[in-house]
Amino acid sequence: METRIDGEPSGIDLLPGAFQRWFAAKGWQPRAHQLSLLEKARAGKSVLLIAPTGAGKTLAGFMPSLTELAERGRKKPGTAFQGVHTLYISPLKALAVDIERNLMKPVGEMGLSLTIETRTGDTPQGKRQRQKLSPPDILLTTPEQLALLIANGEAERFFGDLRYVVFDELHSLVTSKRGHLLSLGLARLRRLAPNMQAIGLSATVADPLDLRKWLVSQSESEAAADIVVTPGGARPLITILESEDRVPWSGHSAGYAIPAVYEEIKAHKTTLIFVNTRSQAERVFQELWTVNDDSLPIALHHGSLDAGQRRKVEAAMAENKLRAVVATSTLDLGIDWGDVDLVIHVGAPKGASRLAQRIGRANHRMDEPSRAILVPANRFEVLECQAALDANYINAQDTPPSGDGALDVLAQHVLGMACAEPFSGDALYEEVRSALPYADLSRATFDRVLDFAATGGYALKSYDRYAKIRQRADGLWRVSNPQTAQQYRLNIGTIVESPMLNVRMVRKNKLGSIGRGGPVLGKIEEYFLESLSQGDTFLFSGKVLRFEGIRENEALASQAFSMDPKVPAYAGGKFPLSTYLAEGVRGLLADRSEWHRLPDQVRDWLEIQHEVSVLPRRDQMLIETFPRGSRFFMVAYPFEGRLAHQTLGMLLTRRLDRMGARPLGFVATDYSLGIWGLDDMGGLIAKRKLDLQGLFDEDMLGDDLEAWLDESYLLKRTFRNCAVIAGLIERRHPGQEKTGRQVTVSADLIYDVLRSHEPDHILLQATRQEAAAGLLDIQRLGAMLTRIRGHILHRPLDRVSPLAVPILLEIGKESVAGNASESLLAEAAEDLIRDAMQG
Amino acid sequence: MARLALAGMGDEEIGASVTTVAGVEFVCDPMGALYCEADGLLVVSDLHLEKGAAFARRGQLLPPYDTHATLKILARVMDRYRPKLVVSLGDNFHDRVGSSLMPADCRTLIVEMARGRDWIWITGNHDPDGVSGLPGTVAESMAFSALTFRHEPAKGAEKGEIAGHLHPAATLRRREKSVRRPCFATDGDRLIMPSFGVMTGGLDLAHVAFRGLFDQTRLIAHMIGKDRVYPVSYRGLKG
Repeated sequence: METRIDGEPSGIDLLPGAFQRWFAAKGWQPRAHQLSLLEKARAGKSVLLIAPTGAGKTLAGFMPSLTELAERGRKKPGTAFQGVHTLYISPLKALAVDIERNLMKPVGEMGLSLTIETRTGDTPQGKRQRQKLSPPDILLTTPEQLALLIANGEAERFFGDLRYVVFDELHSLVTSKRGHLLSLGLARLRRLAPNMQAIGLSATVADPLDLRKWLVSQSESEAAADIVVTPGGARPLITILESEDRVPWSGHSAGYAIPAVYEEIKAHKTTLIFVNTRSQAERVFQELWTVNDDSLPIALHHGSLDAGQRRKVEAAMAENKLRAVVATSTLDLGIDWGDVDLVIHVGAPKGASRLAQRIGRANHRMDEPSRAILVPANRFEVLECQAALDANYINAQDTPPSGDGALDVLAQHVLGMACAEPFSGDALYEEVRSALPYADLSRATFDRVLDFAATGGYALKSYDRYAKIRQRADGLWRVSNPQTAQQYRLNIGTIVESPMLNVRMVRKNKLGSIGRGGPVLGKIEEYFLESLSQGDTFLFSGKVLRFEGIRENEALASQAFSMDPKVPAYAGGKFPLSTYLAEGVRGLLADRSEWHRLPDQVRDWLEIQHEVSVLPRRDQMLIETFPRGSRFFMVAYPFEGRLAHQTLGMLLTRRLDRMGARPLGFVATDYSLGIWGLDDMGGLIAKRKLDLQGLFDEDMLGDDLEAWLDESYLLKRTFRNCAVIAGLIERRHPGQEKTGRQVTVSADLIYDVLRSHEPDHILLQATRQEAAAGLLDIQRLGAMLTRIRGHILHRPLDRVSPLAVPILLEIGKESVAGNASESLLAEAAEDLIRDAMQG
Repeated sequence: MARLALAGMGDEEIGASVTTVAGVEFVCDPMGALYCEADGLLVVSDLHLEKGAAFARRGQLLPPYDTHATLKILARVMDRYRPKLVVSLGDNFHDRVGSSLMPADCRTLIVEMARGRDWIWITGNHDPDGVSGLPGTVAESMAFSALTFRHEPAKGAEKGEIAGHLHPAATLRRREKSVRRPCFATDGDRLIMPSFGVMTGGLDLAHVAFRGLFDQTRLIAHMIGKDRVYPVSYRGLKG
């Protein structure tokens, strides 16, 4: 049942007296969606509330709990134990703390007698113990804490009285493994408290039905929560930055736009500048300071910076002391800011939902439009920004579907449930299937996961005596020993970080020796630091630093004066284009009548492309071939995103090699794919020695993919994550091990051993599934290959086309995998021989 | 897994590098073994057999296949060099109980490999009690012509020490790329063996644990490649 709110609010009578008086005293009216949600909740329904930021979503979510608790009145001393009434779950620790503050205020003003407490990783042990003995009425927490709480022997008592569970920012929670674990937690809560109702709070999403189903048990078919939708506020005013300076052909730094960005900061009260990667954040921050002639307070915020430093920036922001903050996705969600009146987005927004979310950060009043400026970093990004802009105007959101539940997550959950209490396999299977991501899980797969949790699930049954959980005579599964429960608690959660080292600032004295005890600036991935030699410079925490070495478990760095730093090359920094924007970009390219909306230089670029080559129709894929230097190039323009292109590049070079076209390498960007080789691929196509339709046939996703995948480092990285989440490899904890190196190495070695001896092991299956879905974008690639069948447009050229320039500029920046490592070794060994011959 | 793949390849496809320790000539094999032709002496180190089982005993159910894999490579090495004497340089098993709890089929593999040759099991920090129920002799260290074999390299040791324990690996950097591989590390006076077990990690030569063990001007890392061994001078690693 769906309710759209547009008219006058009704049903104020639903509110207890204290609420009505409070609203009256404030001169406010309860919002229609708040009352509507309350009404549905009172009718015993679970509800999904979709509302834009600033619509009073949080208060609405708590309305059923607060009114019910107000009516219940004060608990009399000496009454029986009472469990938690309402559980609130947020993706961010900071958000939970923020909500506590925001909720305490109206509760205090209304004089309600109820207790609200947070429980996060930072909560002291004493308080946690006390919370178990005497739970608060409302507990604000995170998905990981929920997993810990339900894996506890006291869970039944603690959650037995639970009435509501409120999920904040639900749209951002459900798509990840974290959401899978949370869905299993929710399934358990339903069992512990059968009358419990779920309330989801979400920003606008493409498919609300997915979220509605997520909230309720799937044991009945078509079950879904009710929904309340609040229409969006004023439309945001979004523009693309106009700059006198030339928009670069390629790259991501947007350096050309910095002076214009600075002028905008000066013209506004507070500006949030969003970028896509941490290295981009460092670069933009650095460049802004070089033009900051007025010494405006401009700060930097990203996930690698020291937590204390981040808190300082957040506090200064809340007090309106800053004029601008350069931030990554760490500021995408939640926390209310002061008076942000402008959002600048550097680089293409990589998805319409993401853009909408970020723009929502500006101006938290519904009736006034948010102001946002997009800053494309290169010419293709101009097209992408324009497509994003169109997407936002028609409010087409593109949050990915939640997907099938991951098996490594299930393995973790199974172990947790054994820690809570003995379980029967049949009952747990039914419970698990009530969670949306696992609704289609087969019994056979469930049993393999159970076997994995017990003895590792190996075909070679040599670990039975070391089983972590065992089925007893009564048919119930129990943990074998207390150690298992302890291990489970230490390894909980689905977020696996790559090994990081603290970066400590040190001073060098005149003799060049290094002092101790400077401040810790934050953390950087170990693999990046290991690629540095002493004296190398890099940009971090807004400073140019000189690498001095690694001492124990810290990286030491001193102030550098170099102007040309290496920039931290963080993992996960490259986002794929969403399919929706890819379509928009293709549409824009194909439709000349729309080009007048593009900046002059970009329009010229496309006009020249139109003259010397061709622009493909919306349904076509263009392939250009041309010679350049001593090489022959083939450039394809699928616009499906870097991940899909990288996979495609690997597969195409394998095929070209087999067809005898002697490819040498390839490079992939978000927009196109360039392959170069020794033979004239255009000539081969013209002479029909190379069949384009055959080259791009979907069957490449069969054997070629399998063969390549097994060798791919991507799979090893995915395996490591799966192995940690599933509990095969223990998570590292601070101070426990010197570095993460050992975990990394052993995960690779375990992968190799397992792959060579038991390629069908459940964890390898989980790894392949995950890699195919996420890292390699196989699905998108498959859809693309189907789409272009019969629509490949080949254009042989004498020389490079305007559209091909950006990708040619990327060559050399990307390393080519494969046999490159071996040739590097051979080269170094020859050095030794040469030295020896000279000696 | 490169070394395991070698176990299925022919002799002519596998390259090795040559080195000299205290005047004795050896070849460094990419499967991770050191062989002295003149004496028919084969050296391996840090087999860490039953590592998976050792972890399983402590609640981490790592794959139980590591012993099979390690022994498969070792069998291929035996077949390739047919040594008269095998020295296994300690940490032969990952824990004290490893050799007594080892599954029977793995035990049989070792018994067959040891047939017709001498086998010395040097003790290591993981298996200080030596091995039980296996052919061969257990010893803390062994002197052989100009050479001394022990598990842990001794600071200030005499010329000609061959040791293990540290699992040396070298990182080669060229043009902003780096390749990290296990290696035989030697300066001509001492040699430290790479670890042989398939589930063992490596320690970078630049680590403080290697300080004082080598004359760095003469130090050569024999880095293990896909099917051959590449000797690279320590100073040449950084390019």
